[in-house]
Amino acid sequence: MPGKLKVKIVAGRHLPVMDRASDLTDAFVEVKFGNTTFKTDVYPKSLNPQWNSEWFKFEVDDEDLQDEPLQITVLDHDTYSANDAIGKVYIDIDPLLYSEAATVISGWFPIYDTIHGIRGEINVVVKVDLFNDLNRFRQSSCGVKFFCTTSIPKCYRAVIIHGFVEELVVNEDPEYQWIDRIRTPRASNEARQRLISLMSGELQRKIGLKVLEMRGNAVVGYLQCFDLEGESGLVVRAIGTACTLDKLSSPAAFLPACNSPSKEMKEIPFNEDPNPNTHSSGPSTPLKNQTYSFSPSKSYSRQSSSSDTDLSLTPKTGMGSGSAGKEGGPFKALLRQQTQSALEQREFPFFTLTAFPPGFLVHVGGVVSARSVKLLDRIHNPDEPETRDAWWAEIRQEIKSHAKALGCHAVVGYSESTSICEEVCILSASGTAAVLNPRFLQDGTVEGCLEQRLEENLPAGCGFCHIPYDELNMPFPAHLTYCYNCRKQKVPDVLFTTIDLPTDATVIGKGCLIQARLCRLKKKAQAEANATAISNLLPFMEYEVHTQLMNKLKLKGMNALFGLRIQITVGENMLMGLASATGVYLAALPTPGGIQIAGKTPNDGSYEQHISHMQKKINDTIAKNKELYEINPPEISEEIIGSPIPEPRQRSRLLRSQSESSDEVTELDLSHGKKDAFVLEIDDTDAMEDVHSLLTDVPPPSGFYSCNTEIMPGINNWTSEIQMFTSVRVIRLSSLNLTNQALNKNFNDLCENLLKSLYFKLRSMIPCCLCHVNFTVSLPEDELIQVTVTAVAITFDKNQALQTTKAHVEKSLQRASTDNEELLQFPLELCSDSLPSHPFPPAKATSVDYSSFADRCSSWIELIKLKAQTIRRGSIKTTVTVEKTSPMGEGNFRNRSAAPCANSTVGVVKMTPLSFIPGAKITKYLGIINMFFIRETTSLREEGGVSGFLHAFIAEVFAMVRAHVAALGGNAVVSYIMKQCVFMENPNKNQAQCLINVSGDAVVFARESELEVVSTQQPAANCQPACTGGEVTT
Amino acid sequence: MTSELDIFVGNTTLIDEDVYRLWLDGYSVGDAVALRVRSGILEQTGATAAVLQSDTMDHYRTFHMLERLLHAPPKLLHQLIYQIPPSRQALLIERYYAFDEAFVREVLGKKLSKGTKKDLDDISTKTGITLKSCRRQFDNFKRVFKVVEEMRGSLVDNIQQHFLLSDRLARDYAAIVFFANNRFETGKKKLQYLSFGDFAFCAELMIQNWTLGAVDSQVDDMDMDLDKEFLQDLKELKVLVADKDLLDLHKSLVCTALRGKLGVFSEMEANFKNLSRGLVNVATKLTHNKDVRDLFVDLVEKFVEPCRSDHWPLSDVRLFLNQYSASVHSLDGFRNLPKAVRPHLAAPPPLPQRVSPCGHQRGCHKT
Repeated sequence: MPGKLKVKIVAGRHLPVMDRASDLTDAFVEVKFGNTTFKTDVYPKSLNPQWNSEWFKFEVDDEDLQDEPLQITVLDHDTYSANDAIGKVYIDIDPLLYSEAATVISGWFPIYDTIHGIRGEINVVVKVDLFNDLNRFRQSSCGVKFFCTTSIPKCYRAVIIHGFVEELVVNEDPEYQWIDRIRTPRASNEARQRLISLMSGELQRKIGLKVLEMRGNAVVGYLQCFDLEGESGLVVRAIGTACTLDKLSSPAAFLPACNSPSKEMKEIPFNEDPNPNTHSSGPSTPLKNQTYSFSPSKSYSRQSSSSDTDLSLTPKTGMGSGSAGKEGGPFKALLRQQTQSALEQREFPFFTLTAFPPGFLVHVGGVVSARSVKLLDRIHNPDEPETRDAWWAEIRQEIKSHAKALGCHAVVGYSESTSICEEVCILSASGTAAVLNPRFLQDGTVEGCLEQRLEENLPAGCGFCHIPYDELNMPFPAHLTYCYNCRKQKVPDVLFTTIDLPTDATVIGKGCLIQARLCRLKKKAQAEANATAISNLLPFMEYEVHTQLMNKLKLKGMNALFGLRIQITVGENMLMGLASATGVYLAALPTPGGIQIAGKTPNDGSYEQHISHMQKKINDTIAKNKELYEINPPEISEEIIGSPIPEPRQRSRLLRSQSESSDEVTELDLSHGKKDAFVLEIDDTDAMEDVHSLLTDVPPPSGFYSCNTEIMPGINNWTSEIQMFTSVRVIRLSSLNLTNQALNKNFNDLCENLLKSLYFKLRSMIPCCLCHVNFTVSLPEDELIQVTVTAVAITFDKNQALQTTKAHVEKSLQRASTDNEELLQFPLELCSDSLPSHPFPPAKATSVDYSSFADRCSSWIELIKLKAQTIRRGSIKTTVTVEKTSPMGEGNFRNRSAAPCANSTVGVVKMTPLSFIPGAKITKYLGIINMFFIRETTSLREEGGVSGFLHAFIAEVFAMVRAHVAALGGNAVVSYIMKQCVFMENPNKNQAQCLINVSGDAVVFARESELEVVSTQQPAANCQPACTGGEVTT
Repeated sequence: MTSELDIFVGNTTLIDEDVYRLWLDGYSVGDAVALRVRSGILEQTGATAAVLQSDTMDHYRTFHMLERLLHAPPKLLHQLIYQIPPSRQALLIERYYAFDEAFVREVLGKKLSKGTKKDLDDISTKTGITLKSCRRQFDNFKRVFKVVEEMRGSLVDNIQQHFLLSDRLARDYAAIVFFANNRFETGKKKLQYLSFGDFAFCAELMIQNWTLGAVDSQVDDMDMDLDKEFLQDLKELKVLVADKDLLDLHKSLVCTALRGKLGVFSEMEANFKNLSRGLVNVATKLTHNKDVRDLFVDLVEKFVEPCRSDHWPLSDVRLFLNQYSASVHSLDGFRNLPKAVRPHLAAPPPLPQRVSPCGHQRGCHKT
């Protein structure tokens, strides 16, 4: 499917002065794709050049279209010496390659230079014409959609969730090539940026091919990472979940499916049938608009012989969930067989999703994780991906076997990460062992009746808590009780997971962010010795992190963790562990017991006193937390629970193969659960410290909540104000007192102070909740600790909150039945502002509530603009006419007096790490944003020191993301994530360098209030504001 | 443990109005933190001093980065780096270009040059405004002056368009630019009782009636420079005092019209010649740059002070001046005056406009 790429360079603005003598610039543009380069004319002596070029046409095959970025370089023409580069713009044209996304990229892009940052903007229009190509051996995968969102995107329906896809590509890092010694830092940075851009394109194409092989049409939960291995190379790897998605009730989306050869579709039976619950055994329900170039009989290439390797390892890291229990229902057994058969064909039954369609998740076993320490200088063939592939395969096998030990056949909420220090690399993978409903899996063809029964018998809101493993054959010791919700099946006493809280879960009270923080010193060592030291430390760290999480959870009076993410970072002389999760009280799980302190030296009177004092403090804290998070589980009265359905009998009848159900143990188990208290033994000062640190965590100020999941359990009335932010802190440890304890305290203070600062900064948004709080720790140097936080603050309506919390059950029911966005029905005053007829685009911008003074100001500006447009006198009149002739509306600013014209204000682009926008509906996904930037400076002091440098850089990264989204015709980025922020400084040389990698999904959203008005013409209306250069907010 | 690096970057740039004010007022981070602590913010929010320090630093850094854009406000609107809601942008601009009354009185009418900039130290000590803030205000004046200096069209419109200021502030800047361009003396002790507002009022009327722009809207500098031709024509007014008959006729016309209407009629009648001579002399000398600069000093000396010593109430001054200029039209010699002078004479001559609370008359002036 070769295509024609067309590029037009329209204009530039705010260019830097390149000629000191005239204070002007003679700018021209080079447009490069692959090996072809075009140039515009030189536009002399202007900081706002109007090139208005012809269409530059590149005829390329689609493999290149997917791999290569479009590279636009702005230069200053110099007659006598070499032309000076002003800066570059890289445009990923991938969103133009699938039919449902953007059709044109058009807008102002910041011109970026790795040494000087953003230097002006350039207006570019990009289009792609794709030709159909029926070559079945093609190497491209145009048409496969990518989503960073880790749930089924809002305007799609999952027909089939196929499963895990992964890929990894390796290249030599340009920074470590010999040529780097002689080239400029700028050239080196640009080589690196370009290479990574190329590699991510290639990676995405390869993953796309795998998805086509599986006969999917999309990758959801796509997570791409870079490993800067140094000498041994640069690795780009990605994981995701292949799906077949169906666009929801939007007929227009099917029309432009120009790139799908329709021939193959005839081979596939039932392709008109949208219902996946058929009895057919054929490949089920592909999409009409999907490209299939492979015959349906072909199976996955990845199906390997090793699929059944059971590593028979003890799941040392399978944490959290209580131990084995009664296998619940008979359906479960049946279901397991069904799904197992479905999943066993897969080498890795992993899913990167964290939220699922209703009914997909049947049971959750607990967190499974695996780590391994590798030496990078031992890679035999560093330029080839084999070694790394093998490493990851090994870790995935381990995860799979852990999941098996938990009686689960799948892993959900799966993610992978690395931490590299010199030649040592820790590979980590984690996820949540789970039993899934085969309905959504490709070859799971379930009997309709079974399915029905399944739905009848799995009570809403607690099914996923029921243990999937065998009670008599527990993988680890834990307390089991009967479910507090349905009383039918066993649940563990606590549940740890890496996924989001299922929408149908019954939660009592609100949730909160829980973090475990840990440092361990290690001796500096070389190679093997170093790796061994690290390997030896890891299990202890895991254990301690786990204990800390458990203690803090109990202290909060909660019984489950969601979104658990444990990050272990390796440095020269220490290891850091940071675990973040959102604690909640699940109604189905037993009430957590308190924490008891036991002293080891009972004869000492004052010590006793101290202990009892501490005990009191702990009890007080628990009580306070229960109040704070509104955890008041209803006292369970047996009559209510006494089930009217004689359902245990039915169960035992059907369940033959499993161990007996044991109704008679019910009371016993319950009482046991209630008595369960967590005992902390204080036998030395260390333990004392631990208890102290438990109590030092300060709750957020009133009006603030925080969580690291998508939404805060217990709050469902979001208002539309959101503020995404990134905060970075680096502290230098004084090397004198480097003990484990001092280190722990420093690290703890760092995180706590950072949170406090955030609460203070965002105080104007109260009542609000910090959602998706994502901490990343790195150790850039011996004594430096860097913590990066990205999160979004969302306001909510307090009054509504009070009302709704009164009725827990209703609330949860409501949550179960409706989608997120449907709950968010409280748009702010903004609605009137965003009417399309509004004469002044800037007024649309915000829902933020400002003082009346500010309002007056804005009306002044509007007034001025109005004046500027209408009552101009003299020469300025000519400017206005010039503007009208400009094709881009706002392009023409040659006259320095033309600036404040109303039509050129920048449209607002929202960014959020969440998959939704409160108070709004996502109407269209425009494609994935995946950008990598390097910034370097040799004048660190002049740029405001390290803080000034990084602040400016992050602001620039945000700006470039926003500009790309706006150019695609979007007005928001969802599932935004800053995957990497590598900061290096050398203050002595006055130098610093920073690498940032961000990604997310560009979308078009519409306020719910507007939607009602335009719903009929929605797809067309949102398609392209092309005429205005994409800067109109929709 | 020391913080090496500490930043917060929001997708929407956070602007704290209180910190912005402290920054504009030229306080150092340390002083700003101390002032914020004193405002009781720690008690209100339960934050620690360290949090406040970090927050203040962060805002200061943001403002510092925004300052470059604030120098050319339209850039702030079009830039892509900082996403700021329009109302906040307007607030940033308006506050950045706001100035202190005490400061503007010190530099009003002075040449906006390096020399004056060197005196900012003294102004800072005298007014109690931080040097940093003085510099900002001075640079703002200078920047606006430079941009609109050689531009066509209305001064206020140009300022509004290039600096996106509110109408009120743009008018004030027009006055500052006008005064700086014509170098009117405003610092003399005699003029100290006049506020910036008084001068701004005069400036507006002078721009309307005395500049090139008043006759022709298609010239450069139209609102900045006084119309030379007009000033030349003013010489013709000399006949009002030189010709004895004309003077008497003028006097009798004014006296007839005002009899019974003026509280200070007898004083006026007695002083008419002196007052008229004073006014006409000020007007006829305006062809010399030196005398243009001393316009306000002369008006106060020759007209305002005599009136004040006779305790004229403001209303009487206004009545007198209106009648004084209106009567001229009935005089024989003025029926065929050069056209250019006519419109100016139609407006009343210099007029003390307001009475301050302490009973002083304030000289402001119309033509």
